[in-house]
Parts: sequence; C-alpha cells; structure tokens
Amino acid sequence: MGSRVEILNEGGFRSDGRRQYELRDMTIDLSQQGSADGSAVVTHGLTQVLVSVFGPREAKMRSQTIHDRANINVEVNVAAFSTGERRRRTRGDKRILELAATIKSTFEPVVQTNLYPRSQIDVFVQVLQQDGGLLQACINGTTLALVNAGIPLLDFVCAVTGGVHETAPMLDLTLLEENDTPNVTVAVMPKTGKVTLVTMETRLHVDRFEKIFRLAGDAGKVIHGEMKSAVKTRTSALVTAMGSGPRVGAGDAADRDADERMNEY
Amino acid sequence: MVDITIRKRPRTEAVVTQRKFFKKTARGKVIKVLRERYLRDDVGCGIQGCSACPGSSDDALPMAGDQRHQLFPHGHFVLPDTNVFLSQMDLVESNLFMPPIILLQTVIEEVRHRSLPLYNRLKALIKMDDKRIWVFYNEYRSETAIIREEGETPNDRNDRGIRKATAWYNDHLRVTRPPIRGQPPPNLPTVVLMTEDAANRQKAEKAGLSCISVRKYVEGMKEPTQLLDLLAAEGSTDIEPTRAVAGRQALYPDYIPTGTLLAGIKAGELYQGHFNANQYNYLEGSVPVPAFTKPVLLIGRENMNRAVHGDVVVVEVLDEKEWKAPADEVVDQESTLKNDDAEDSGEEAEEGDQVIRKEKQVLLSEDVKRTSEKQPTGRIVGIIKRNWRAYVCHIDSTSLTTSNATSLSQQTVFATPVSRLLPRIRLRTRQAPTLIGQKILVTIDRWEATSRYPEAHFVRALGKVESKEAEQESLLLEFEVPYRPFGKAILDCLPVEGEQWVVPPKSASSPEWKDREDLREMIICSIDPPNCQDIDDALHARHLPNGNIEVGVHIADVSHFVLPDNPMDSEAASRGTTVYLVDKRIDMLPSLLGTNLCSLRPFVERLAFSTIWEMTPDAEIVNVRFTKSVIASKAAFTYEEAQIRKDDPNLKDDLTVGIRLLNTLAQKLKAGRMAAGALNLASPEVKIYLDSTESTEPIDVEQKELRETNSLVEEFMLLANISVARKIQETFPQTAVLRRHMPPPRTNFEKLQDILLKRKGLTLDVSSSGALAASLDKCLDPDEPAFNTLVRIMATRCMLSAEYFCSGSVGRDTFGHYGLASPIYTHFTSPIRRYADVLAHRQLAAAIGYTPLHATLHSKSHVERVLDVVNRRHRMAQMAGRASVEFYVGLALKGRNEREKGQVREDAFVIRTFRNGLGVFVSKLGIEGLVMFKRDIQFDADNYTITVPASMASGAKDVTIAVFDKVTVNIEVEKDKNTQRGRVKMTLVQPVDSSSM
Ligand SMILES: [Zn+2]
Repeated sequence: MGSRVEILNEGGFRSDGRRQYELRDMTIDLSQQGSADGSAVVTHGLTQVLVSVFGPREAKMRSQTIHDRANINVEVNVAAFSTGERRRRTRGDKRILELAATIKSTFEPVVQTNLYPRSQIDVFVQVLQQDGGLLQACINGTTLALVNAGIPLLDFVCAVTGGVHETAPMLDLTLLEENDTPNVTVAVMPKTGKVTLVTMETRLHVDRFEKIFRLAGDAGKVIHGEMKSAVKTRTSALVTAMGSGPRVGAGDAADRDADERMNEY
Repeated sequence: MVDITIRKRPRTEAVVTQRKFFKKTARGKVIKVLRERYLRDDVGCGIQGCSACPGSSDDALPMAGDQRHQLFPHGHFVLPDTNVFLSQMDLVESNLFMPPIILLQTVIEEVRHRSLPLYNRLKALIKMDDKRIWVFYNEYRSETAIIREEGETPNDRNDRGIRKATAWYNDHLRVTRPPIRGQPPPNLPTVVLMTEDAANRQKAEKAGLSCISVRKYVEGMKEPTQLLDLLAAEGSTDIEPTRAVAGRQALYPDYIPTGTLLAGIKAGELYQGHFNANQYNYLEGSVPVPAFTKPVLLIGRENMNRAVHGDVVVVEVLDEKEWKAPADEVVDQESTLKNDDAEDSGEEAEEGDQVIRKEKQVLLSEDVKRTSEKQPTGRIVGIIKRNWRAYVCHIDSTSLTTSNATSLSQQTVFATPVSRLLPRIRLRTRQAPTLIGQKILVTIDRWEATSRYPEAHFVRALGKVESKEAEQESLLLEFEVPYRPFGKAILDCLPVEGEQWVVPPKSASSPEWKDREDLREMIICSIDPPNCQDIDDALHARHLPNGNIEVGVHIADVSHFVLPDNPMDSEAASRGTTVYLVDKRIDMLPSLLGTNLCSLRPFVERLAFSTIWEMTPDAEIVNVRFTKSVIASKAAFTYEEAQIRKDDPNLKDDLTVGIRLLNTLAQKLKAGRMAAGALNLASPEVKIYLDSTESTEPIDVEQKELRETNSLVEEFMLLANISVARKIQETFPQTAVLRRHMPPPRTNFEKLQDILLKRKGLTLDVSSSGALAASLDKCLDPDEPAFNTLVRIMATRCMLSAEYFCSGSVGRDTFGHYGLASPIYTHFTSPIRRYADVLAHRQLAAAIGYTPLHATLHSKSHVERVLDVVNRRHRMAQMAGRASVEFYVGLALKGRNEREKGQVREDAFVIRTFRNGLGVFVSKLGIEGLVMFKRDIQFDADNYTITVPASMASGAKDVTIAVFDKVTVNIEVEKDKNTQRGRVKMTLVQPVDSSSM
C-alpha cells in the first residue's frame, strides 16, 4: 500500500493546507551568534538551519591556501535530533559531504574570493530541524550569513525546491512530499536571473522539468524579496544601535543601499 | 507567470498549526513526526453566488439550498457525519436522494480510514454530475480547523470538528446575507447536521445547531417509501432505544475496545488477521496469523463472534491444552438452522434455545471425533475492520410471515447468500413477497451481540433465479467486477475516425511513423483460439544469412492509443483486466481498440511493439532489440490450423517454414525451461460449448485440448516477457512493473505429501521448483493416466498465486518467478486485456528512448497503488471466470439429467475424506462435489479412508474408500426448496451405492 496521505487532493490543497505554488513560512534571524563574523538562522516551515561564517581570515593550513583567492571551506553538521529518527550522522557521512560540496561549489563563483588571496572563509552549517528542502535552507542561510559577515557577493543566491506530483508542479516541498515526488532544487541569482545550481536526485520527465525549473526560478525571486527585507531590517537596526549615520528610510533607497554595499567591496 | 506567494504561519498559533506524533516503522523504530498545517481564509463554501468566498463556476450548492423538504421550508443543505456514509451509502447513492450535500474533509478522511471500499464509492459519488456535493476542506480553514484536546478520542475530536463546521456554515450564511434596511430579514436556508449518533445530536442541539437522523430526514421527504427500504437497519441507539434491546439477551461476547486490542496486539497477547470462513462447516472458521504456522482455529458461533468472511479481526489464542483439531465433518447451516425464525425481536433467546442446543450437539459430537492434528484454537475478541460489501442472496420463502404478493407491510426475512462462506442474513423489507425466486442484492448494516444473524437492508433485485441476466450480473457483483458501459468521457479518448481509423501512409511527417520500423513486408502471422477477436500478439521467424534465426514477437501497440492519465487510462487502470465469462466478456478497454484498432488482424496494417531476437539454431539468444513498428499480418490461424499446416509435408511456403522454425525453437526453449526447473502446472480447464447465444443451455462440456502450437505461442510470449522485464528493470530499477511468483512455504505441501506417501507410496520433493517438477513427473499410476493431472491440480492448489509488483518496493532476491523458474518476469504480451502490460509498454517505450516516461511511472507509490488494484482485479476475474464455468456446467448437468432421467454418471477421484462424506473431483466436468452420508461411518483420518460396513453396503464385505480412489458418482442438480438456490448433489454409485446411506 502506498502512503495514505494525499500529496495533492482534488481541492488543490497539499497535505499541509498549502496550494501548489505557495511557499512555506520563512523566517530569518540575523542576530549575532557567538563569535561568528556573520550568521543566520533560516527556517522554511519546519526545516531550520543555522549558518555561521568566519573570515575572511588567514588560512590555517598551508595545503589549503590558494595564492590568488580565498578558499571557501564548508562544513555541515546535522544535529541528531533534527530528524524524527534519532540517528547520529558523522561528519564523514557521504550525504553530508555531498551537501557541503554542493554548497561550496554553489558559492565559489558568487563570493568575490579574488579580493582575499591566501585567506580562508569558513562556513559552518548546523542543521537543527529537517522537514524537506534541506539544501534550499542551507543555501539561503549561507547567502544571508555571508551578507551578514560583510563578505562581498556578486548577488544573492536564492534556492527553492520544486517537485512534480503526477503532472502537477509544486513548490517548496516538505519531507513527506519530497519522498513521494521527483524533485529539483534550483538556486538563482535574482539580479541577473542566472542559475547557479540545479540538483536532482530523482528522475523527472523532461517536459515537466522545464516548467518546474522556470517556476522554481520565479520562486527564487520571491525568496529574494524576503531575504532582502530581512537584511534591510538588520542593517537599519544596527545603524540605529550605533546611533549615528544616516537614518535608513523605507523604500528603494535602503534597498539599493544593501545591494550596493555588496558590490562596492 | 503564476502567482507564487509565501504563506505566513502565525507563530502564536503553533498549537493549532503544528502537530507532533510518533510513528513506528516496519523495523520497529519509533520516529517522531512533526507536521505543520497552514490555515487559511480562502477555502470556499461552495454556495453559488456567495459574496465572501472566491466564486467559482464549479460551486455545487444552489444558493437557496433545497426547498422541497417538509421540515425546511426556507431551504436547507445536508451536512452528514462519517457514520452516514459508513452505514447508509446505498441511500446516499440512490438517485432519489438528491439534497445538496456539504461533505467535510474530516468526514472523507474518516471514511477512508474506516473502509476503503466505502471511500472509493464516496469518491465516485463526488464525481457524479447529478449529485450536488461540495467538499469543504474544513481542516484548512482557520475558523473550522480544530485540534485534538487532551483526553479526547479521535472520534470525539472529529465529531466536534463536524459540529464546528456546521456552526460555521450557518454563521457564514447569516453574515453573507445581512438583512437589507427596510426589508424583512431574509429567510436563510439551514445547514442541517445529519447524524445517526444520538449523543452527537444532543451536543449539537445544545449548541443551537439543527440536526436530524437519517430516518427522520427520509420520512420527511416528499416520496419516502422507496428510500425507506434502502435505509440501513435501525441502530439500537436510535428511535426505540429501550424495551426490546434491554430485554434481549446477548448471544455473543462484547468486543474489546479498540485501544485495548491494539495494545494487546503490540504486547503479543492478541493476534490480528483476516477471518476465513470454512465453506464446508459454517460453525468453524480460521484466522491465519504470522505467529503460528497453522491458522488459528475458531470453533462455534460464539468464538467466531460475528466475524464475516474477509473481516480483519483480532483473536485471542486459548491455552494449549484447549487446542483442537478441525472437524472432519461437513456441517451445513441450512439443515441445522432450518427452523429458526427470522422475526427475532425479544424472543430470540427462548426460541433460539433450540438452535443453540442443536449447534452445541453438533459441536460436542464433533469434539469426540476430532482426530486430525491439533492446531492453535482461539476466539475473536474484536474487529479491526469490517470488509462488508453488497452480497447477492436468495430469500428464504419459509421465513415469510405473509406471502400475499400485494402486501407492503414490513417483514423480517432470511436471505441466504450465494457464497457459502457467508452466514445467513436477516433482512427487513416491504417487498418480501415479490422478491421470492429472485436474486437480490443486500448490504449488511451491522451485527449486534443480541442478534444471531447479521442485519441487512435490501438494495435491489437482479432478476429471476437462473435467468441468464440475473446470474451474470450476480456473478459480476459477487466478484466486484466493474461492468458499467464506458462513459462518454472515456469514449472521447478514442481516435475520432472510429472504425475507419487506418495507419496513415508512410511519410516522414506523420507522427504515427515517427521512429517506427516498417515491418509490413515481414511474413508475420497470429495463432489464437478459434473466434478470437482481440488478437494482441503475432509472430515471425526467418533464417538469417549467418545461419542464425531471427524471431519476432509483435504486440498490439495499445499504449499508442491509451495515453497516460486520461479518462480511458484511469478506467482501464481501475478495471485492471478484461474478464472472461462463458457467455460474456467485460472489456478493460473500449471494444473499438480491443477488437479492431489494436487487434492484429490479417491483411491490415497495424501499429505494433516488436521484440526481435537473433537466435542460434539451438535457441540461444544472440541479441534482442525492441522497436515500435508497423506490421501487416499475413494470416490468422487457429491452433488447430497452424498445427495442420506445420504437419503437412507438402507445404513449403514462407509462412509454414516460419511456423516450423518457431516450433523447433519453442521446443528447445521449453526443454531449457524445464531443465531449469519450471513447473508444469495444471488446473481443471473445461470448455463450454454454447448452442447459440439465445439458449442458455450449453450443448456440451469438454476438456480443453492442448496442441503443440499452443505451447509454441506460449514459449515465445514467455520469452518476450522475460526479455522486456530485464530491459525495464535495468532502465527503471525503482519503478519497473514486474510479476513474480513466490516459492510456496513448505508447510503448504505437508498434507499432500502425507496423502501421497500413505496412499500411493509416492514422495514429493518440494525443496525447489525443479525437484518438485521432477517428483511430480514420477507421480504416476500405470492404470490411471488421469492420476498425474489430479496430483498436479492438487499441488497447484498448495502454491501461492503470482502477483505484480513494483521493482523498487521489494528486495531484489524476491523477484523470481517460481513456476516459470525465471529470475525475472513481467507481463507485456496482452496489453488489450491486462493493464500491467500497458504499463510495461510505456516503460519499454521510455527505455528505448521512444517517448519520455510519464511522471506517474516515476513514482513508486503511484505504481504500487495501481498494481494493488490490478492484482486484486486479477484474482477476482479468475474467480468470476471459474464461477461462470461452474454455472454452465450446472446447466449442462441439469439438461443431461432431464434427458438421461437422473442417470448422469461420471468417474470421479476422491480428494478428501470426511467423517460423513467424501470430497470428489470429476475431471471430465472439471467440478468438485461432495458425497454426503446421513450417518457417520468408520473413518480413519490418519490414513485418509472411510469404511462402509457390509451391513450398509448391502454387500458381503466392508468397503473401504480412500483418497485418490476412483469412484463413480451420480450427479444431480437439485434446487433448494426454500431459496431456489441450485446445487450439485452427488451420490456414490461405485464401489457402493450411497443413495440410502
Ligand atoms: Zn461562502
């Protein structure tokens, strides 16, 4: 017998009450975490990750230094309590290594590493809770943590998972949905519309792929809006706290401010 | 661009929007599951023209409700609770019952949880155009979503949710239709909670909701009489709650509450399984459970505790010293229960005393005589799930209180189900006199502890007993074969050219010809039974220049016409298979496809899916390829014609040479298969010859004849299936549609092995299929050639049945097909009549890059779901086919009986011995029967013999009869006087005359 939960019922609702193109609740916390240079806690529904960024700093190991740019080092740690099944995933776990490698290769072309030769940027991803869309949360969290650390990026990287149930495309899958539908994770750079990442672990019909690919790209832009406003709020809070500098008003000015800051470095 | 949004979930409402529960995996691990729920305000109420909800053209509910009900002059909508669908589905389905219905998500889910068949009926109901049903997703609407409170049972939670939704609807109507100043307040329609649960009604009334019972509602309708008969028997909680019930004595123990049951099962103290009734003995049943090698035996009515065949029950196993052996006796409920009164009321206990005494006697007398091996014995303590469906029955005429045909008074009568596995049923109806001598359909409503029999209501009459129509329909209903004509939406999926459709002329631009090989010149022919209309396979073979042989199997390209996920495809998936009855074929696909467009008729161009091998002359496969093709068959032979042609030495044409080539290769393939340990199985197969379509009486029954050419076709179909299975499994390891036959557990053979050893001194080696095949070959009786076939039939019954499965769902090591001794197998060769083949075609087409694979075939759970249905349909179709043959054998016997003045005699083999009878198998007719003795005779269960003493045998010596003995029986068809149910009655003629025994 197949699972008894309907992925998409006749009324057009998914098992958690969302419709096909509705993303889960997204929260972003950019407050200071420990000694990290920048960090972000991102949730998509019940999936939660904490990303901490250290650096750029001097590379610790010689073997890892690259003479003309910074080395990005990504480590992922999955908390044993993050899934229902209590199970310790060691650092050497193949899936975790793969996840870390994916994050690294997604950000290497986006972070302006050439500004910091012979140095190292450490990204630590702590998975706190999992309910589908793990990669998307890791990527969005990493973008925000890097921004928060003041590391120059060419653009935001915004990721969303999409799946196809029978023939109906759906966005931002829960674990239940992920297990039952072929799915892709797409990461876009909203400003240029460039796609930096597409991963697929399951097979997907080519005809469906195009549609879901486009949708996920569009959804990335929606996520971008959310991320941008979180960064803006954080920046203005910092500015206010410091009690000096120009007050950041609402609207486009602030928007540009945040975006431009990144390009200036 | 579609509108993509983020749904915000307020943190403060985490209690309502998050759900945590624990789940146990198959491997026994406990998993914490956290789910969230997004509540929303845009879930529509479904009422046309509602000002607050997003309007949509498919809103099903009329603005003013239904104003025809006497109790609701201002109009109303009905909002039924779960139990209404669980117990009154027949009523809700009736086309006389047409109020606008609000169906809650909570209710749908509860129905699904409680009964899958009812859930499927409910889903079909929602889709029906003339029913006005709106599904309201109450669990997702912020005002109506609720969570379970501490200490609340799931049931109470759902009831509360249903009441909350009712209240919301009434408020919603009020808010969206405010009074307009200067006008009298508008008359608002009422949303009425329909429930059978008195406690729930009380609570609802307290909350100011309008609610009603089903009966009250129907009584208030304008034309209630016909609907009242469809009403399920009254619940004891309802209407007349006191007197009768209170005074009635319980005949059965109460069920243990579900929570306790589940805890007991978990603790290993109780066992869960399907209840199997015993068709020979209505006072015995069994429940196979994994914890014991033998099924748990249930003896006597009380221990079977109201279980009906197929129910999922929970048993408690008794102390080992109380274990018993199954009875060796045939116990028939008709004779034991003859005098029981249908009109039960309060007196059941007293009047029933007689029955109880009688049954006790039967059990006691059996107890003394139980001789076979003891097995776990227990009693049923609870029911997990009822699997009741509609049953075909006959009315017992003696149970009628008045047979005045015009009387419309309600009476309680007995209905005897056609199936021997079911208990007699008590039925309340106003139409009893007119139903005598008819086949009728009834639905069981419930079985109270105070009632000896289950209670049911009448659904409809099928027609006169033995009329062809009634028998046919009842057969289809009994085996749940969907037989409605194909609807318009389905027929619209066929090519518009209809019968005129042809393969378009070959051209580069024609989509039909894209990536298709042109095999029209190939010398291809088909070989089938006579009068075959749905030709789904054709073959060819020719010599290649390199000395090898090219062989092709060409299968109708059904997947070209049946596209995934359209109405025709869904219908075919739910039918699963074509069903063959003696006089009727119920198609899986519309006949335009089966008998024309997809039938590989000779001299016509047809689309095909070809498997082409290069083989050495020793039948070794050099390579295989698959391609879509266009063929034009050169001939359609019957098996006989092909055989004659092959054997005629004067014929040297290409076709004949091809057939000879195929034949030699087939023999080598078969030899190879047999050497690998394939089994030669047997089932009683007889052919019914019908005189004409008009007359019901068959002119003759004979055993099917098998020719060399049958085996020729079979070998290549097997080969094609195996080759295709390999290919699709390679390409789609997670979702390939395959077929397997699990090796039977050894214990299944124990009894047969023992009988063979004791009666014939033969051993049966069941260690592998090869060993079994070899030892079956040695089961010979030089004096009796049919003996071998008989043993094969009996061995076949010890085996498991083959099944379809999804390759990613089971372990790789369980893929094997035991009977065919093949490591992998699928069904590819009959896509016109089997749905699994259609799926295999789609997967193969994707595997060779002809089309991309449809999304649904990438989903493991989807494939599993479809195959579950197909497996079930397949089993049912087989049983229906067999029952149809049995019916015609019965008719043929009846005709012969009349002509031969009751002297129909046939040879038969004894296959079982009972204390009071013999089970025999008449191979010529392919039927099994019982020879019953009125008196007990000497019975040796260990040696499978009975001995008729000289005094009874009216001879000089005692006569001993054993299993496997050949006897002669006299066969009669007698009709039960009360129910008109026909049954085959056999008496022994040789070696002794049992007519007076
Ligand atoms: Zn509304």
